[in-house]
Parts: sequence; structure tokens; C-alpha cells
Amino acid sequence: MTINVIKTLKRLAAAALFAPTLALASGAVLHLDKAPVSKDPAALQAGAKTFVNYCMNCHNASFVRYNTLTQIGLTEQEIRDNLMFTGERIGDLMKVAASTKEQKAWFGVTPPDLTLIARQRASEFGSGADWLYTYLRQFYRDPNRPTGWNNKVFENVGMPHVLWELQGEQVAKVTEHEGVKAIELELAKPGKLSAQDYDKTVADLVSFLVWMGEPVAEKRKTIGVVVLIFLAGLFALSFALKKNYWKDVH
Amino acid sequence: MTTKSQQLLNWVDERFPLTSTWKEHLSEYYAPKNFNFWYFFGSLALLVLVIQILTGIFLVMHYKPDASVNASGIPVAFASVEYIMREVPGGWLIRYLHSTGASAFFIVVYLHMFRGLLYGSYRKPRELIWIFGTLIFLALMAEAFMGYLLPWGQMSFWGAQVIVNLFSAIPVIGPDLSLVIRGDFVVSDATLNRFFSFHVIAVPLVLIGLVLAHIVALHEVGSNNPDGVEIKKKKDANGIPLDGIPFHPYYTVKDIVGVVGFLIFFTAIVFFAPEGGGYFLEYNNFIPADPLKTPPHIAPVWYFTPFYSILRAVTYPLFGLDAKFWGVVAMGASVVIIAFLPWLDRSPVKSIRYKGGLYKGILAVFVVAFFILGYLGVLPPTPGRTLVAQICSVIYFAFFLAMPWYSKIDKCKPEPDRVTFK
Repeated sequence: MTINVIKTLKRLAAAALFAPTLALASGAVLHLDKAPVSKDPAALQAGAKTFVNYCMNCHNASFVRYNTLTQIGLTEQEIRDNLMFTGERIGDLMKVAASTKEQKAWFGVTPPDLTLIARQRASEFGSGADWLYTYLRQFYRDPNRPTGWNNKVFENVGMPHVLWELQGEQVAKVTEHEGVKAIELELAKPGKLSAQDYDKTVADLVSFLVWMGEPVAEKRKTIGVVVLIFLAGLFALSFALKKNYWKDVH
Repeated sequence: MTTKSQQLLNWVDERFPLTSTWKEHLSEYYAPKNFNFWYFFGSLALLVLVIQILTGIFLVMHYKPDASVNASGIPVAFASVEYIMREVPGGWLIRYLHSTGASAFFIVVYLHMFRGLLYGSYRKPRELIWIFGTLIFLALMAEAFMGYLLPWGQMSFWGAQVIVNLFSAIPVIGPDLSLVIRGDFVVSDATLNRFFSFHVIAVPLVLIGLVLAHIVALHEVGSNNPDGVEIKKKKDANGIPLDGIPFHPYYTVKDIVGVVGFLIFFTAIVFFAPEGGGYFLEYNNFIPADPLKTPPHIAPVWYFTPFYSILRAVTYPLFGLDAKFWGVVAMGASVVIIAFLPWLDRSPVKSIRYKGGLYKGILAVFVVAFFILGYLGVLPPTPGRTLVAQICSVIYFAFFLAMPWYSKIDKCKPEPDRVTFK
């Protein structure tokens, strides 16, 4: 019995993996909401908390160390008290307790590492943040799926709606207009958070994922300004030098 | 100069041609005084080569060409690139300089080649410079292709898979050849290791040798110029070309302006848009290579797309051989044909300044066709797009193959005796 369930799950997971392939191959257009990405430390810290509490039950962020989070304004003690639960050390990588092999046995697939998810999901339809922001707000109830959940952006996704107790349960109203199927989502059962607060929670989480994709991004831009100012000065100097040398070439 | 240092210089010169080399290639190498904007790109290509070698040296210190997965289930090669980006001090900068440098190299080299087209720099007596240049371009393509596998992302893996598979379309030797290139039946750890070896040792050595030959050949015959006239024909009493100026200091100080100008654009991308809108670093390449998951659309990096489009444009089998094989032939021919330009151009003048409207019009159509091919190469094919690619491929080859004819009948203006300089 259990073996059969696992087999079915595996098959469905495999199908889920290929679903977006088919969707893109048929030239579908993704309509993504613009993610309000924030660089505010409070938002990033809130996002980190959601990440550790919900995402990191299954997903690794295996290129990030806990103490890297000091870059978003947390002290090491705050990180230990609020974001670490199972006796890891502060310099450890942010990894789930289960090994990837065990996860593969349980879920049929290893949940992808999320360190770079915001960079991976960028496409011609929008930034990676836009995709994530839309994706995490468009889960709906679907009794035909083994998890009971489906998603408007990521059709037949393997992951259940992990944030459901916050958002509540959405249901899909499928309408067909001139042969084009459209899915409208409606909140059937409210969750702990209002729609507005839920959007804010997801926005903070997405902001954190964007930060995690490239923690050096802000520093990079700051250094870039200095470099460009320096080069502008150097350009003026080198131009004057050239003019001076060339003044008797006619 | 003090006598002490003069003595030291004499001591060296008696044993090594230091002063004479300096004179021959810099202080007494006479370059035409009328170089314009297009003449920056040669020295810039050299600059980018140096950037790539220096950043490459530091990347190799931390990069690991290993396709096995680590404890987190991530391929070691992919993880080592992220390690460079996150944990090696300044590693992100070195890596972005190298990845942006790859695209910059092609931008600069394409512009450098276009300069040659504009001013007939490939014409007699500069045929060998041009051939060395074409070989450099070929080596550069090999270098870029193999380097792109190393981050071991999805596009690295599947791009290599597609391109190496092309070789298997060659009759008789094809399957074995692609096996030798891969070192395995699929792209794997063996492929990664040999591409790494080629990327960091073999091809760079060839590149440096070819660049040296390119410059030595150039300095033997002297540089062309925007007027396409030979400055060596008019010399003063000392045998110095009347329109020539010593490369050093005149062009060294001028090229410094070019270098700084280039660095402004280059660093703007490195610091503010290192992904280059998904063209310099493709989004899919942030996903670790997965041999079981084929991406919906595999596109080569932008600098290969014009040639990739030509490959895909061939859809007819011929002489009992696959269309794929003829596609490979067409793609190879589209690069090799560039080397034959010196013998295809029969125009009485070198520079576009004195060529007629016919050549100018055809060159414009060629450039547009090349851009369209490049654009189509990043998109998945549709019947309509394939048709456009076929038309543009015909234009691409017609530009070269019909050149003996149209360059002869074109109405050219007379060349001046001396260079024009404002």
C-alpha cells in the first residue's frame, strides 16, 4: 500500500517537473505580479524568519552560512535565538536536517536548493522575484493533486502550499472564453493573516530570497559608483595627456 | 641617462635585442597618423585578453572541475563557483570580470573585424595578418565554448551536449569524434575535466601564439588606415613615412584614452548589470546541471547565435546525408570563409571611403542579416523564423561569394596620394 502511494507520488512529481516544460514549449505567456522587493533590514529579517520557519523544513540554502545573516543587521546572538533550532553552529551552512538522499526517498525528488532561486527564476516574463512573489500567492485547492494543492503559475507543482495557514485556502474558478481557459482565484477560507498582511509576508520572504541570491549585490553597486567616478577622472586626465602629446601632429 | 644605467642597458643589449625590439615595435614603429575610433579595438582586444588571463589565474585557484555531487546534493564544480562568489574575498569581482570579459572579448573582436571590412585591412600585403586573425577568432570560439561548460549549470551542460552532438553528424568518423571530445558517451565528469584542461592551458597557449604572430605580421608590413593608402610609399629623406608617427608615445597615449573609455563601459556592466540582462550570464545557468532534466529551450550564449542560426537554417538532407551534417558544414564554412576575403575582394580601392554605393549597400544588408541571425539564434525556431534565417544565411554567404563580381563592377572614387587627416 505505502509502496504504491510512494510510486504514485514519484510519478506525479516527475510529471510536475515536466509540466512547466510543456507550458513554455507551447509558447504560454506568464502574467507575473511585480514584486515589491525591499532592501530594508527589517523586511529582510522578517523574510529570514519566514524562510527558516517554513521553507527550510525541506529546502536547503546550502551556499549560505548562518552568520552571513549578520549582513542583514542581525547579531550572532539574535540569529542563534531566533533562527537556529537544532544545535547547529553559527558558521554552519543553512541546511535541513534530512540528507538529500532521504528526501529523494520520501518525496521522489530532492526539493531544490533555494540559495539561487531568485536568480534562476528570472525570464522574459519578469524578474525572479516577480515569479516567486506571484507563485507564493497563487496556490489553490485541487482535489486531483496528491498534495491537495495546485498553482496557477507552476501548474501541477510538486510542493504543497506550505504557507496555507497564513494565507488560507484559495479555490480556482475556471472560465473558458473563446477556447482560452482562464483561472480565477478566490479566497474560500481565510487564514491567520489578512490578504494585505499575507502579501507583505510574501514580499518580505521574496526580498530575503533576492538578497540571498547575491548578498554582495548592494556592496557591488556601492563600489561600482566609486570605480566609475575614479575612471571618469582618469578619462579626463588621459584625454588631456593625449591632447598635449598630439598638439603638433597635423 | 646616467652612465651607470646606460652601461647596464649596453650590457643587456649585447646579449638580448632589448633596445632594438623597443624601437622596432614601439618608438620607431611608424603608424599612420589618421587612425580613427575604429582603431581602438585592436589594443582593447589585447587588454581583454590580459584581463581574462589574470582573472582566470585567480579563478583556477578556487574552482574545482568536479561533476560529482557534494553533501548538499550540488555538483562540486557548480558549488565551487558559488564558493568563489560568496566566500573568497573579492571572488565575486574576479568572477564577474571574467564572465563579463568573455562577452566583452567578442564585442571588441567583432568590432575589430568590422573595422577590417570597412577599410580593407585584409587586402594585400596584409593577407597573413587577416588569416592569423581568423584563426584567433576560431580559437576564441573554442575557448569560450569550453569555458562555458565549467560553471556546470543547466545551460553549460545542455549547450555542450547539443554542440558536441553536432560532431556526431559527420559521416564515418562522427560518432567516434564526438566520443573523443566528450571522453564519455554523455557530457560528464570526463568532459568537464578535459574542457577545463583545454580552457586553461591548451587554447590560451594557442591564442597567445596566434596573437603574437598577428602583431609580428602587422609590424612587418605596417598598419592600414581609414584611407586604405600605403604610407610607406611616401617617405622623407630619413626613410620615415611622411604620414607616419611613432607608435610610442603617440598611440600609446591615445590608446590609454581608449582603454579608460572601454573600462567605463566594462565596469558599468560588471558592477551594475553583471548578468547582462540574461545574455552574459544566462538565468538557467544558475540551476546546477541536471542530466535528467532537459531545459525547454537551449540557446547558446549571444556571441555564437549568428553562426548557430546558420546551422539551424539548413533543413534539407543532401546526397543521402542528414540536414544536421550540412548544418554543421554551413556553420563551419561561415567562419572559415572569412579567411578568404583577401582573395574575394577585387575592388581597386581598399577603404569604404572610396568604394561606391553598391559595396556600401551590400555591406549594410550584410550587417543587418548578421544581426537578424544573431537575434534568431536566441529564440526557439518556428517555421517563419527558420525561413527568415535561411534568407539571412543566403545573404551572409552571398556577401562573400559574390564579392569578386560586385567589388569589380562597383563605381569607386579615386584614392588620394596621402592620408586625409582633420
